[in-house]
Amino acid sequence: MLLIHCPHCREMREEEEFSYSGEAHITRPLQPELLTDEEWGDYLFFRTNSKGIHHEMWFHAVGCRRYFNVTRDTLSYEILESYLIGTQPTITGATS
Amino acid sequence: MSTAVTQKNRTGSGSCTDASAPIQFTFNGKSYQGVVGDTLASALLANGVDVVGRSFKYARPRGIVGHGAEEPNGIIQLGSGAATVPNLKATQVELYPGLEASSVNGWPNVDFDLMGLIGAFGRLMPPGFYYKTFMYPKKLWMTYEHFIRQAAGLGATPVENDPDSYDKLNQHCDVLVVGAGPAGLVAAREAARTGARVIIADEQAQFGGSLLASKQTIDGLAATDWVTAMVAELEAFDNVQLLPRSTAFGYYDHNFMAILERRSDHLGLTAAQGTRQRLHRVRARQVVLAAGAFERPLVFAQNDIPGVMAATSVTTYINRYGVVPGTKLVICTTNDSAYQTAIDWHQAGREVVAVVDTRSVLDGDLVAAAKALGINVIAGHGVIEAQGGKRVKRALIAPLNDDGSAVTGSARRLDCDLIATSGGWSPAIHLSSHTGAKPIWDEQIVGFRPGASKQQERSAGACRGTYSLAGCLAEGASAGAEAAKLAGCGDGNMHFPLPTCEEYAQQPQQALFLVPHTKSASRAPSQFVDFQLDVTAGGVELAVREGFESVEHVKRYTALGFGTDQGKLGNINGMAILANALGQSIAETGTTIFRPSYTPTTFGALAGRDVNQLFDPERYTAVHRWHSDQGAKFEDVGQWKRPWYFPQAGESMHDAVNRECLAVRNSVGILDASTLGKIDIQGPDAAEFITRMYTNSYLKLAPGKCRYGVMLKEDGMIFDDGVCACLGENHYLMFTTTGGAAGVLSWLELWQQTEWPALQVYFTSVTDHWTTATVTGPNARKVIAKVCNDIDLSNEAFPFMDWRDGTVAGIKARVFRISFTGELSYEVNVPAHYGRQVWEQLIAAGEEFGITPYGTETMHVLRAEKGFIIVGQDTDGSMTPGDMNMDWVLGKNKAFSYIGKRSLDRSDTVRENRKQLVGLKTLEPADVLPEGAQIVFDPKQQIPMSMQGHVTSSYYSACLGHSIALAVVKGGLERMGQKVYCPLADGRMIAAEIVSSVFYDPKGERHHVG
Repeated sequence: MLLIHCPHCREMREEEEFSYSGEAHITRPLQPELLTDEEWGDYLFFRTNSKGIHHEMWFHAVGCRRYFNVTRDTLSYEILESYLIGTQPTITGATS
Repeated sequence: MSTAVTQKNRTGSGSCTDASAPIQFTFNGKSYQGVVGDTLASALLANGVDVVGRSFKYARPRGIVGHGAEEPNGIIQLGSGAATVPNLKATQVELYPGLEASSVNGWPNVDFDLMGLIGAFGRLMPPGFYYKTFMYPKKLWMTYEHFIRQAAGLGATPVENDPDSYDKLNQHCDVLVVGAGPAGLVAAREAARTGARVIIADEQAQFGGSLLASKQTIDGLAATDWVTAMVAELEAFDNVQLLPRSTAFGYYDHNFMAILERRSDHLGLTAAQGTRQRLHRVRARQVVLAAGAFERPLVFAQNDIPGVMAATSVTTYINRYGVVPGTKLVICTTNDSAYQTAIDWHQAGREVVAVVDTRSVLDGDLVAAAKALGINVIAGHGVIEAQGGKRVKRALIAPLNDDGSAVTGSARRLDCDLIATSGGWSPAIHLSSHTGAKPIWDEQIVGFRPGASKQQERSAGACRGTYSLAGCLAEGASAGAEAAKLAGCGDGNMHFPLPTCEEYAQQPQQALFLVPHTKSASRAPSQFVDFQLDVTAGGVELAVREGFESVEHVKRYTALGFGTDQGKLGNINGMAILANALGQSIAETGTTIFRPSYTPTTFGALAGRDVNQLFDPERYTAVHRWHSDQGAKFEDVGQWKRPWYFPQAGESMHDAVNRECLAVRNSVGILDASTLGKIDIQGPDAAEFITRMYTNSYLKLAPGKCRYGVMLKEDGMIFDDGVCACLGENHYLMFTTTGGAAGVLSWLELWQQTEWPALQVYFTSVTDHWTTATVTGPNARKVIAKVCNDIDLSNEAFPFMDWRDGTVAGIKARVFRISFTGELSYEVNVPAHYGRQVWEQLIAAGEEFGITPYGTETMHVLRAEKGFIIVGQDTDGSMTPGDMNMDWVLGKNKAFSYIGKRSLDRSDTVRENRKQLVGLKTLEPADVLPEGAQIVFDPKQQIPMSMQGHVTSSYYSACLGHSIALAVVKGGLERMGQKVYCPLADGRMIAAEIVSSVFYDPKGERHHVG
């Protein structure tokens, strides 16, 4: 069970308070109608599924009800940082 | 003493037993006497009970082998009835007065076992036997399995509710110490003195671990006295929590440890008061693992005959329990530690026939001590076979070559009734493995030791492969100080002087995992590796011959380590035999991965208090009691209890629903719709935001107006639906489905926070704030008019899809003219505290019209008559608005590409032949199709038939006088009037005609009625 730092509450809280919300930094295309089916499909369905460093969104569902980003190692499950939506991670890895 | 009369192997009190305090118990229906401090295993051994169970596959008689969590044979069922517990280890069950236990295996009983005959044919049951023999014909497998399971037996689960209660405790600490043997005790003390919050847990009743059976001295004190002093010292710290009878069974992410504390199991089958067991959920900053090690048994022919035990277990029974489990002992060992067993046995006054050591040159201190007592030591030999039936009668020993791989001379017999073996030690690396640390094979200790730490933990003592007492004490103290420092307490230096103890010079052990026989493993009598699942050395070698190479595959093929003991004794021997058969090293072969739980854990403890009514919250509307008083049957919708229907005396559900439906269509009905999700949305950008979320536009929705909307996920599939009302400037109320309320709120927040934080809009869930009473039917207006005089109810002043503020039954109310029945409807919303009062006023006002309360079933029928969909019933996450024939709900001229819009143009969503919502009318009007029934076009097609869709909603319509169904059918909208067929599981084939999904009032005149 993970221990997660909520950057809004500025506290370590138990995983039970949060829900996972998928990969972070996936921006909705500004003009979806200009995209081909393939490009739109990439946005909709394709994720990096990184082995190692992964940036993902979490939602403090029974806390402050705010979304935020987390950098997590998908091998060790270690959480390396948490940061606000709209900001960039300080820790990045070779993702593939 | 009196107890010795019945307990032939009891020599007196051990360090943990009181021989003067007898306890009565029964095992397999026979009465016995044990003493205070006994485990069931020690008491059975004291009474000379040799056979405690039958093996799983061959049903061979089996006796106690070990003394703790490693025990593979003494698997018992405790008690009977609701509180019975299956698959406990006799070595871990503390004796209490009146304890009743029985073997889990053995039919009709352990001493005369019909299945034992199979044992005689054991050679005919190689690994994979069941799969190879019973798989064909396939349809008989269920029959075979039934008999195999019955014959094998793995205990009986209770069929009644557990009478006990359990709880959970969330804990935090700086240093968690697992294991209270020598290493754990000193680790806890070093950590405690820094002021760190310390929890020390041990699975046994008493702290001390191996010291409880030790005759060594520490700081001049007998080991057990030193333990007592240490425990007193720890108890004196107010920052230390001591948890005896507590098993750390799972080590999870971020230093989260699950510990099961058995609070009353030692007192009786059920807890006399309080909770039986408690789950400690511990988040530790640092962990010290001091879990000890298991002695590895030697593998030789017929090593499973009762009377073959682990040497250290024999020592434990003698010193700790005052039980000498035999008269004439033969020891077979590869190392020095088993000599202590010989010495203890000798000092207990019984005969040591010989210590058979596989090493040819012996010079350790304990060897010398044993020889000085006149104990016969035979070097360079091994026990190659045990002989006897239900108890060992003799050992067959033979000279071995230097590496122990072959017998070099003729065998001879030693008469005895107990063979104690030691093949070295296996560190208990289980918890370290749970974290993902990869075990490392260490030639020095002839065992796997913990791999590099993946979490904030370190191992100390025997679980790290350090077996000397002095070494354990030094490592424990150092680990405790280090853990405390890393947790932010102390300087990391040890504070207490290291306890002093005597050291024995030991010579290296021999790595030997299979004592050779004069015959090969495949020809010799069975050499058991895993007792509980009857895996033999020959079986492992056969698996290799059949092509298995990976340790994980061999494990699954042979079932090595799959028993309730999880191979604590057998795994290493099995892997070594596998490595040998593959011609590679143990390091290359590797080990299987240990996973939680370390020992079986009661489901009750995992559930804790989250059972029965507390399993999930139940939500009630403000009118719930009234429904209940009226005799309503309730239905679970999400967490809500909603009235399902209101049967009157003598009515079936069908009768009640028909009556309720007709009342709504012909006069007036009333529904408690309070459970619908309600989200209050405010902010200058509220309209823009809502318009991005729904398929249609809300930019021009004026105050007092409502609009029905459908919400899509970005993939274009319907996610939720409901009405959204404009309450005022920049203020909206969004209704969601009952089950979708929480998901919709999170969905809105997701988009606002992550994509469009610039939009100023705020969401508040107000579901519970309001009671909603839906008054519907041709007489609805007359009912409302009786209790509301400040709203002009005329169709012109208050048209369909409008809402008004007003006063209903004296209470400030919002009244919405929206309809889910197709009739003239008013949804009266009042603050929930007034809900019951207003509801009763509406009932009273409607009395002259026969106002009829109705439930969700009638609501479903009425909406299906109108072809209104229910998201989640008629849709399943793969349905677009077009599939539901609802293109009218798509805003054509919206500037912003609303959520899901682009996906409605994807090639897959615009393709031909998608499943589309249609109505079905059965050719036989009384036939009601089962929901979920598959639809085919050609009833004569061979199986497997081409499935063309399925029924999503189906009811009998009293109003129309025939059954109605909604269904999704491939290309359904192009197939109006065609016949389809529903082949049912019971063999019937129901024919139906595809019709419009709107069965009733297709022009929608009734809800517009003036």
